Parts: sequence; structure tokens; C-alpha cells
Amino acid sequence: MKRILFFFIFIQLSLLLPAKTIIVCSSCEVKTVKNAVSLAKHGDTLLIKKGVYYENEITIDKTLTIIGEGFPIIDANSKSKLFTVIADSVIIKGLHIKNIALSYTEDLSAIRIKKQKYFVVEDNILENIFFGIYIEGCKGGIIRNNKVTAEAVEEFNSGNAIHLWHSKNIKILNNHVEGARDGIYLEFIDSTLVQGNTSTKNIRYGLHFMFSNDNEYRDNTFETNGAGVAVMFSKRILMYGNTFTKNWGTASYGLLLKEIYDAEIHNNTFQENTIGINADGSNRVNISNNNFIQNGWAVKVLGGCYENIYINNNFLNNTFDLSYRGSLNGNSFNGNHWSTYSGYDLDKDGIGDIPYRPVKLFSYIVNMTPEAIVLLRSLFVDLIDFSERVSPVFTPNNLLDERPLMRVIDN
Amino acid sequence: MLKILKYSFYDLIRSRWSYVYLAFYLLLGSVLLFLNNDLSKAVITLMNVIVVLTPLIGTIFGIMYYYSSREFTELLLAQPIKRRNIFLGQYLGVALSLSASLIIGLGIPFVAYGIFYSGAIWDYITLLITATFLTLIFTALAFNIAISTENRIKGFGYAILLWLFMAVIYDGIFLLGLVMFSEYPLENFSLIATLFNPIDLSRILILLKLDISALMGYTGAVFQKFFGTNQGLFISLGVLFVWAITPIWRIVAKSNKKDF
Repeated sequence: MKRILFFFIFIQLSLLLPAKTIIVCSSCEVKTVKNAVSLAKHGDTLLIKKGVYYENEITIDKTLTIIGEGFPIIDANSKSKLFTVIADSVIIKGLHIKNIALSYTEDLSAIRIKKQKYFVVEDNILENIFFGIYIEGCKGGIIRNNKVTAEAVEEFNSGNAIHLWHSKNIKILNNHVEGARDGIYLEFIDSTLVQGNTSTKNIRYGLHFMFSNDNEYRDNTFETNGAGVAVMFSKRILMYGNTFTKNWGTASYGLLLKEIYDAEIHNNTFQENTIGINADGSNRVNISNNNFIQNGWAVKVLGGCYENIYINNNFLNNTFDLSYRGSLNGNSFNGNHWSTYSGYDLDKDGIGDIPYRPVKLFSYIVNMTPEAIVLLRSLFVDLIDFSERVSPVFTPNNLLDERPLMRVIDN
Repeated sequence: MLKILKYSFYDLIRSRWSYVYLAFYLLLGSVLLFLNNDLSKAVITLMNVIVVLTPLIGTIFGIMYYYSSREFTELLLAQPIKRRNIFLGQYLGVALSLSASLIIGLGIPFVAYGIFYSGAIWDYITLLITATFLTLIFTALAFNIAISTENRIKGFGYAILLWLFMAVIYDGIFLLGLVMFSEYPLENFSLIATLFNPIDLSRILILLKLDISALMGYTGAVFQKFFGTNQGLFISLGVLFVWAITPIWRIVAKSNKKDF
């Protein structure tokens, strides 16, 4: 807040100075953005009128406000990168940036901001980019209401739509990112909020966290991405109210937790993913009030998971509710609703009288012998699952929901 | 042969059981579609039913028809007709009338629902083709059992056992093998084991066409690589064809030598 206040005071101060507005259009005195930047002084505003501008490698080395009117098209013609910002508090707004070149040696991006205290990138359309918005070493800033689209085909020759590296206090709000390698990529990022974004059709991850602590992402939608959302090697991440849907494919999942400590996962919806949550080495994670609907596996717990608590979640119509490896390690699955629960509730307190076993025998066998999955949906498998449910012999004894809820929880 | 085929066919078409069978599929198809509202899901559920049920019905109908038309067969044998024609005609009469019930019963609701305008059309066609093959195969196997077994009770027993083996026990042994040898690479083994059971083969063929194949991970990818190609499809249809033609050939061979 202090920083924002400071920024506004700064803007006010700069307005007191003889700041001017430079208008760029095809019939004006200044015809290119590059030219305008070089003419401008600290604190000026560039107003870019509607039109098509073929530009390349614009370096902004003074505090400027760049505003597009009617989404002027800035086209790099697939030859180079575009804006590189090396000045503080630059605002880029309302531009339509197109055709960033592909490179195997350099992360060419539409807007790249290097080591600044503050910036605003909002209401832009970025189309056919290699890297979209690339932030490195910044201490604050807002990326808001942008629409970033790329046409990535393979991972090795594509970039990320919104790429943040070694920054903190960034707000990424209400953006739409589509068709890149990673929709939103965060590495060494602290205290950042990712809210209300839609990330779809990215070939790797919708959202990718690496080595980033104390972040929050909420109310985002991740749909039809190569592998959903990956949260790796991070501490104290809050994940609230997101929708993970249709992340479907042989190596796909809604949410990957890899080496995660003390996260909170609440009120999310996981629908039609091959795997809803794929937990590998996650510790002290609270997973509550989520909906798992029609996934292949709702939750797949691999090794090294301790003290995770699943409570008040709905598990509805998943092919497998849970796949589990190893001993219980303090993980708890008590107090969830399972659509395949077939017990009864004689005392009508809403809690089933007999415990539920979330691991089916077939799921247990598939865990030991992955090839056995070829028997999926065969009559024999249905029979052994049924007999195991009636009298459990093979599945781990302690892996139970002691208090299965009879009704769907209204999340 | 055609005359006998025609006779058997019409005999069965007029019988109550064909209508019951037809009505069952009609009902199943419509209920599934109107409850589910999703063609792809309906195809999955239908597969579950079809893969188990068509072999069972094929086996039971086949064996019942052979035993109940025993006197008529003996009458025909006294006529100057080739034995091959008599038995093949009867077999085809049963198999084709069952297939017709199946195709019409499932066809009407799906066509009414608009399968032709849907992306699931090929899944659906695969389903119908495999179901028809299963009917042909299991009716032929049932005829084999009936020809070789004079005692009706025994014959019924064998037929049910055959169905039970293919639908349930085979998978049990298969699974046991997979678990026991889990330290070895088992993809090729499971591919071959699948080819040896028409029910498993049909199930896999349909599963791989559907979204659910994503659950099958690495093994699924190996299967997809095999069955997904034209060559694989050709081989698996070829195997189904061999499964159908071998028992039919045996019906002919056996009936030529059999002493009535």
C-alpha cells in the first residue's frame, strides 16, 4: 500500500513537472513508437492512436506511461522482441502486440521488465508471442486484464505467456492466457497474488510454481492444459476457489504437489482430470471443502507424504477415489463424502456408521502392477472389487474414512 | 443352405425371445441416452454391458437352438441336402438373427438421438462391430459344444463354463500372472494375452477409442501404439475373424463325420 501511495505521489509530482503527452499516429509528427520513446522525457505520456506500427526492440529507459487508444497494433514481424523496460514505474496499457520472434538462445518477449520497483501492465492484447510478459527481479507491480495468446506446438521451442523470475509482491489479476508452454510461470517468487485468471490450452502447465513461498492463488480457472497446475518446492502456498478442469491425457493431472510444505487447499473444484491431485512429497497440507468430480483418480498419493488432512471434500463419480502408496504416515481421510459409499446411518447423524475404504482393490493392484490396468472395466475386476468391499482382505487396514458423510457437502 | 438359413432365421425372428432380446437393447439404449445425455458416456456403459452380455446370450441361444431343433435336424438329414448346408444354415440363422436384434435394438435409439452428427460415431461403430463379432464367435462355440455333446445338461454346463471362463476366469488368471511376474516387463505379454480372449480384445478395442484410455498410462500407450495404428486394428480384427472362422470350420468338419 505504501508503495502504491508512493507511486501515486510520484505520479502527481511528475505531473507538476512540465510533463507532456506525445501523440503517435501515422499522420502525426511522430510516426513510430520507438521515435516517440527517444523524444520523450522522464514522466511523459505516449498516446498511441489506432493503427499498425511495425517496430522492433524498443528500450524504455525512463519513466513513461504508454497508452494505446483503440488497441493500436505493434507488430514485431516475427523478427525480434519488443518492449524492454529498464526504468521504474512504467505503465503499459491498451496495446495490441503481435508476432514476437522465436529464439533458441534468448527469451525474446513482448514486454520485459528488468529489476524495477514498480510497473503496471494492463488491458493489453498479446498475440502470437514467444514469451509474453516477462518480469525479472522486480519488487512490485501489477499485471492485469491482459489477454495473451500463443500458438505453441512443442515444449522446446515455445515460451511462457506470463513469466516471473526472482520477484516479489506482484499481482497477477484477471488475465487470460492461452496456448503457450506454461500459462503463468513463477520461479523464486514471494508474496504474490494470482487471482481470477483463466489459463487454458497451454501445452505444459496452466500455472507453474517453482521455489516460490508465501504465495496465494485463488479463483482461477485452469482448463485443458497439458498437465494442469504444478506447485513444486514451495512453502506456505494458499490455493482457494480455483477450478481445475479437463486436464486430460496419459501424463496429465489437475494439480501436482511436489515437495510442498504447509499449503492450504480449500474450495477448489477438480473436474474431469486424469488425476485430480497428484501428491508427491507434500507435508502438512490441509485439503478441505474441495469437489472432486468425474476424475480418473481423484487423489493419487505417491511417496513421502506426511500429515496431510483431507476433510469435508466431495468425491463424486471418480473412476478411482484414491490411489495410495506406503503406510499412512499421519495422513487422514476422515470426514469426507464419497459417492461410492454404500454404508448406512442408523442414528441419522449424517455420518455413516461403517467406515469407508477409499482404496479399491483394483486401484491397489494397479499401484503394485501398473500393467494390470489393461483389465480396467472387466467383469472380473468388478467382482473382486465388490468382494473386497464386502470383506476387506488385501487393502491396507488403517486407510479408512472413519466418519464418511452421508450427504454431499455444499461447498 | 440359403433355404435352411432362411427357415432358421424366420423361425427365430418369429420367436418371442428375439423380440425380448431386441426390446432389451432398445430399452437399454434409450434409457442410457436419456438418462446420460452424453453419447460418449453412454458408449462406455453400453460397452460394459455388451462385452459381458452378448457372449452369454450368444452361447445360450446357440446351444438352446441346436438342442431344441434336434428332431428337425434329423428330419433334414434324411433329405438329399449336404450336411454342411444344414448346420451352417442353422448356425447362421441363429447368429444373424441375434446380430440383427442387437444392431436394430441399439441402432434405433442412437440414430434417433443423432449419432450421425456426433463425434462418437466411430466409437459407436466399433462397439457394434465388436458386439456382432462376439455374437458370431460365441454362437459358433456353442454350436461346437452342442455337436460334441449328446447329453443336453452336460452341454449346457460346458457352454456356461465356457462363457464364465472367457468373461471372468481368464481375466483372473491373467491378473494373477501379471501380479506374479510384476518384476518383468509385461506390456507384450499383456498384449498377447489380450489377443487370446475375444472378450478382452473387444473391451480393449473399445476402451482405447474412448477418453478413458488416458487412465491407462504407460501400458495404455503401448496398447495405443499397437491398436491405434491401422496395422494393429487390422491384426485385432483379423484375430476376431479367426476366432469366428475356426469354430465355424469345426462345425462343418465335425458335422460331416458325426454319426446321428
